[in-house]
Amino acid sequence: MAVAGRSAASLNDLAEMARVNRRDVARMFMAAGNGHFGSCYSCTEIVTALYFALMRVDAARPDWPDRDRFILAKGHAAPTLYSALIRRGFMPEDWMDEFEVKVGARLMTHPSRRYQPGVDASQGALGHGLSIGVGMALAGKIDARDHAVYVLMGDAEIHEGSVWEAAMSAAKFRLGNLTAIIDRNGFCVDGRVDDVMPVEPLADKWQAFGWDVIRLDGHDLTALLTALAPRRDAIEGRPRMIIADTVKGKGVSFMEDVRSWHSDAISPEQYACVLEELGEGGA
Amino acid sequence: MTKTDLSNRQAVIATLERHAINIRDHAIRMAAVQGQGYVGQALGVADVLAVACFSGMRYRAEDPGWEGRDRFLLSIGHYAIALYAVLIEAGILPVSEIESYGADDSRLPMSGMAHCTPGMEITGGSLGHGLPIAVGMCLGLKRKKNDAFVYNLMSDGELNEGSTWEAALSAAHWKLGNLIAIVDVNNQQADGPSSQTLGFEPLAAKWSAFGWWVTRVNGNDIDAVLSAFEQARACPGDQPRIILCDTLMGKGVPFLETRDKTHFIRIGEAEWDEALRVLHAGDRL
Amino acid sequence: MRPPRTEAMIASLATADQRSRPAPFGNTLARLAETRPEIIGMTADLAKYTDLHVFAAAHPDRFYQMGMAEQLLFAAAAGFAREGFMPFATTYAVFAARRAYDFIYMAIAEDRLNVKMVCALPGLTTGYGPSHQATDDLAIFRAVPNLTIIDPCDALEIEQATVAMADHDGPVYMRLLRGNVPLCLDEYGYEFDLTRAKPVRDGADVLFISSGLMTMRTLEAATALQADRVDAAVLHVPVIKPLDEATLLAAIARPGRLVVIAENHSVIGGLGEAVLSAAMRAGLTGRVRHIGLPDAFLDAGALPTLNDRYGTSTARIVEQVKSWL
Repeated sequence: MAVAGRSAASLNDLAEMARVNRRDVARMFMAAGNGHFGSCYSCTEIVTALYFALMRVDAARPDWPDRDRFILAKGHAAPTLYSALIRRGFMPEDWMDEFEVKVGARLMTHPSRRYQPGVDASQGALGHGLSIGVGMALAGKIDARDHAVYVLMGDAEIHEGSVWEAAMSAAKFRLGNLTAIIDRNGFCVDGRVDDVMPVEPLADKWQAFGWDVIRLDGHDLTALLTALAPRRDAIEGRPRMIIADTVKGKGVSFMEDVRSWHSDAISPEQYACVLEELGEGGA
Repeated sequence: MTKTDLSNRQAVIATLERHAINIRDHAIRMAAVQGQGYVGQALGVADVLAVACFSGMRYRAEDPGWEGRDRFLLSIGHYAIALYAVLIEAGILPVSEIESYGADDSRLPMSGMAHCTPGMEITGGSLGHGLPIAVGMCLGLKRKKNDAFVYNLMSDGELNEGSTWEAALSAAHWKLGNLIAIVDVNNQQADGPSSQTLGFEPLAAKWSAFGWWVTRVNGNDIDAVLSAFEQARACPGDQPRIILCDTLMGKGVPFLETRDKTHFIRIGEAEWDEALRVLHAGDRL
Repeated sequence: MRPPRTEAMIASLATADQRSRPAPFGNTLARLAETRPEIIGMTADLAKYTDLHVFAAAHPDRFYQMGMAEQLLFAAAAGFAREGFMPFATTYAVFAARRAYDFIYMAIAEDRLNVKMVCALPGLTTGYGPSHQATDDLAIFRAVPNLTIIDPCDALEIEQATVAMADHDGPVYMRLLRGNVPLCLDEYGYEFDLTRAKPVRDGADVLFISSGLMTMRTLEAATALQADRVDAAVLHVPVIKPLDEATLLAAIARPGRLVVIAENHSVIGGLGEAVLSAAMRAGLTGRVRHIGLPDAFLDAGALPTLNDRYGTSTARIVEQVKSWL
């Protein structure tokens, strides 16, 4: 499915791709018996907008030097990325059914450059992605290329000091080609982020660290298309931070805003409910 | 302020300036023993240390581990020479120990180590450790219902370390009103001016956004530094506090103030005597 | 045939048919805390997966959630210890060994502070991938002076080791098994000792030297080998540092046995190299084999598959020993 431009028809296409993405994620987790549903579903629109409307990528050339880069710093949302890459043609659809368990599976819990064409950085530990993004964006500027670098983080991930090291350097190096996104879904392993270690005021922090900040509804495709558009003629300047307010588990009623769906097992009955809520038909 | 208050305050400031000169003197003598060292930093931060340690910090010279003491953490281990000067000035270390600075088996190693020196609360060297340790100490003090303050002296370069920001976020969340951080902003780190190495401005805005009470002063103006410490200590409420002090490396010895490459200074033997002479020549007390 | 399920990726180790105890660490710590007011618990957003949530529920005012910040976690633990408390700080072994190493080394160990570091997912206990598989934690922590290192076998040993840690003055690192942890040591006879390796089975043909959960497997392997009339001893080494060289060397020196060292850790820098180096220094020679995880980033997949692939499952241990005899 090709998606280009930002017409109203495209918005419907994007919404459809988001639905397909959620179904694919459920399919992968069903193969494994469990998964990070909540974390995947809160960033579905973000990843869909990037891969199906905004990013310059070519499935035939996963290492194309002029490609836009995407780093899934919150690596445990890997299936969301896998679905996008598969639907864009980087990997075959049947890899989904191997997810995690099959001997020789190429799709695993966290993204891995070793096995997955189209993945720009292996992740899993959290707190690494933004620093890697800084390096890529800096390299892009040195080479005078106009590609964009996107880094998607979790909201508890910014507890990690390494994120602030990267934030300072992005500002110092004036990486206008770097866009970070925080998936502000409000939950981490031990509960609500606001109870574990509060992070607000978020915009004030990032502005003080030298970033331009936009805050939006992370499920609003129109807002995402504007805020995330690549800045190809402004690669020198303040880096850009998008704070996306999202709902953990969005798209499946019994998962929305429920802490236990950060990572949980799924039964065949639950899977059937998920498919029903997400509607019939694939891409 | 009444006239009496004013003259009292002037007396206090004069005393603090005396302490600052003594701190500089001790630091120069120690550096002379080894011929090199972080003496530029010691000279620059002497005024801040004089105010921090001699305007109301609780301690007992004869019992440096006294439970009721205010804790002073030297996160910047390489400033040990400055803290030793303070410990000598406070009577915790004897003046004679200056000779042993940096020597084998000495109690005064070049980089501060907790188990070596009375009054050295933590082992520095690595940078970025003091503030997170201070968070734990502050939490522990609150558990024990001990109202001591914990001071943590950091450098501007040290703020590059992510662990600093982990601690910053945590301190505000835990409402550590007993934590007073101090930053020696001298715009110098190992690889050159801090503003070029990583850049840290706007400093105050960062700390505010992380939930701290912030003030910024000229770190070589004792009157201003004293006001800042008084406000930080008296500040009601439970925000952690931070005092940003703009200082000049080598302050007090004009030929060191203007020298390039002041992060680690090597000085010829004759220059040490000259440094002391110039320091005391500038002493108008 | 349906491929094996991973269950949850951070699953309990015990299968449904094994004897087990729930959250041995969390429950023991909660009980200990009743009589030891200096104990506090801290974590970096992993209370739920290190059984510290049990302690937190029992003693909410003594539980400190530090957020996802491991350097802060261990440095703040050092600060607490300086003020006279005994912090038990938990996270995953990978994050302690890698992200927070400098802070553990300098802020805790150098000052010999009374911090107890209890860290989950040792070696290969998850299919999450190398970011979560601590194949290197023992190699890293063995090099830290002043540090005591524990790799416990089962629920019983975790309970006993937790008490022993609290009674020991100084920094300790313990690899943790969480959730429903199998019970395999003799609950009436076994006594954990911070200074001793423990013979748990005698035998004349093979000497297994193992630590942590691998001792469960070497005990199973020893039982299976009996059917082939191979008589296997098991020497369990729950304390990696300081290593009980006296017991180890005496056992290795006993003639006529194939020595098989088995560990849930990389072959580099763990129990195997520690034992081999001690034996070499003592001038001992003999037939020695080493079972451990390879010097490689491990594949993803279901744990049973991976353990077979790397030779660390009970069945593969038995098979390898028979091929060596």
